[in-house]
Amino acid sequence: MRRKTPGIIILFSFILIAGCSTPGSGKEGATGGSADYIENKGSDTLVNLALAWAEAYQGTHPEVRISVTGGGSGTGLTALINGTIDIANASREIKPEEIKTAQEGGFEPVEFIVANDAIAVIVNPQNPVDQLTLEQVSGIFKGEIENWQEVGGEDRPIVKLSRETNSGTHVYFLETVVRLGDSDDPSIFSPDTLLLPSSEGIIAEVQDNPNAIGYDGLGYVTEEVKKVALSPTGEGPYILPSSETVINNQYPISRHLYMYTRGQPQGSEAEYLDWIMSAEAQSIVTELGFVPIASQQ
Amino acid sequence: MEKRSERIVTSTIRIAGSSSILFLMLIFIFLLREGLPTIGEVPLERLAGERWYPIEDLYGILPLISGSLIVTVFSILIALPLGVGTAIYIGEIAPQSVKEVLKPMVEILAGIPSVVLGFIGILVLSPFLRRAFDLATGLTALSGAILLALISIPTIASITEDALYAVPSSYRYAAYALGATQWQTIWGVAIPAARRGILTAVMLGIGRSLGETMAVMMVTGNAPTIFSGLGSFTAPVRTMTATIASEMGEVATGSIHYHVLFFIGILLFIFSLIINITSSTSTERPREEKAQVVS
Repeated sequence: MRRKTPGIIILFSFILIAGCSTPGSGKEGATGGSADYIENKGSDTLVNLALAWAEAYQGTHPEVRISVTGGGSGTGLTALINGTIDIANASREIKPEEIKTAQEGGFEPVEFIVANDAIAVIVNPQNPVDQLTLEQVSGIFKGEIENWQEVGGEDRPIVKLSRETNSGTHVYFLETVVRLGDSDDPSIFSPDTLLLPSSEGIIAEVQDNPNAIGYDGLGYVTEEVKKVALSPTGEGPYILPSSETVINNQYPISRHLYMYTRGQPQGSEAEYLDWIMSAEAQSIVTELGFVPIASQQ
Repeated sequence: MEKRSERIVTSTIRIAGSSSILFLMLIFIFLLREGLPTIGEVPLERLAGERWYPIEDLYGILPLISGSLIVTVFSILIALPLGVGTAIYIGEIAPQSVKEVLKPMVEILAGIPSVVLGFIGILVLSPFLRRAFDLATGLTALSGAILLALISIPTIASITEDALYAVPSSYRYAAYALGATQWQTIWGVAIPAARRGILTAVMLGIGRSLGETMAVMMVTGNAPTIFSGLGSFTAPVRTMTATIASEMGEVATGSIHYHVLFFIGILLFIFSLIINITSSTSTERPREEKAQVVS
């Protein structure tokens, strides 16, 4: 008995010491710049791309270790502000209140545009509807259009699928499509819109359900669902999303994808971000179904 | 030496025992500290609103409470007959050999992680329900209720079985002696004698359903709709637990949204407290009755 007790105390003090020292060394990694461990978190739209980049980069730079996780743009930016990560991935621009919280936390977030993405509106392949105007898509997600018949389809109820509100794609779709880019428009998604926790959930439901309509980043859309051609007004041509139509600005709903850092990046973090802008990294963008940044310039 | 080690063990166990009270108090204080600011920040009539859309500062909790209640009530309607039926079969009817197989099976069912059930729900159950009942979508309260029933059946079955086991055999012998059949004995004697235990089982089953998060989040569609008649059972719903789980990661610490999510946590805590108190008061009475029988 007596012999065991000091053992436990030693064990506990080890845990305590370990617990105390970890945050300290973590901070060095986050601000010092000399550390070779980069924590990268945020947008689920970007997570596959960020993973592919991290893998390719670690292949040629074995001294750098990059960990990539998803969770949503809001989650990533919150983690950046709270100081638990080094680079936040976001599929929307940082909000003014997030910049304010970051400044209160003592740093200025720095923005990098790392790729472009188009949002595809998708339906089940059995659905005869091939094209919609943005106004029709807005009406559907606002709950004003409730049957496929009203937009030239079969007599079926419309089931609307969306990502959760912590997704940058959700916010982007709300602003650009549901509100048609009008920032004074107070409309929001109809309450019976299904909010699914993942992109895969949306693809799976659209693939299975002929009533469903959803939206997702072009990089996530598989062959098993049908992309809808969109027209901003209904007068012009209906455009399908693809690299070409995004690059020549024909497709109406495309956006930038961002990375944010805590202040100007330094050391291996800066090298990594430079590499992401290179032609080699941007070719991975194309492979994964996103649109590279260089080709837009 | 002997005595001393005994004292150490006793005091350790005493600390362990009272620590749960301490933890409970700490959790409750934490919940209150993080959740109560809501009342100052969001007017009550907005909390009682019918729309939950936090990124536009719409914090109506009613659809979430409605969603949790629909799914929980419906799951108990499914789980009660199945769970009690399982317990009656295991406890009263099944021969020893069947019992030895069935009982561990029910326990294994209890051990399946809910995320696995949720996965099966998405891939198998919801497409099946959509086709079978010609629904607009399979991601509905119904799918959630079925999964929750699977989760709460083991709880209900094992506690009901314990309650039936506690019914003295003399009751059954008396019934048989009066010429009752096996079914009449079960229905007329064993179940009424075990009814408080069965009530406890149902209450714990309700608690299990109300608190379950992952499986529900995966299959109910998470649309914050309000109960509007029987059609709501086959419509998508959003539960309180799923809301907390999917939004907690996104919120900035100390924001209004963050406080409201903790406020929902307080409501959940109160609900499960009510359920636990109901079930514990219902279990205390049989002891008095037994005492009366003995005297």
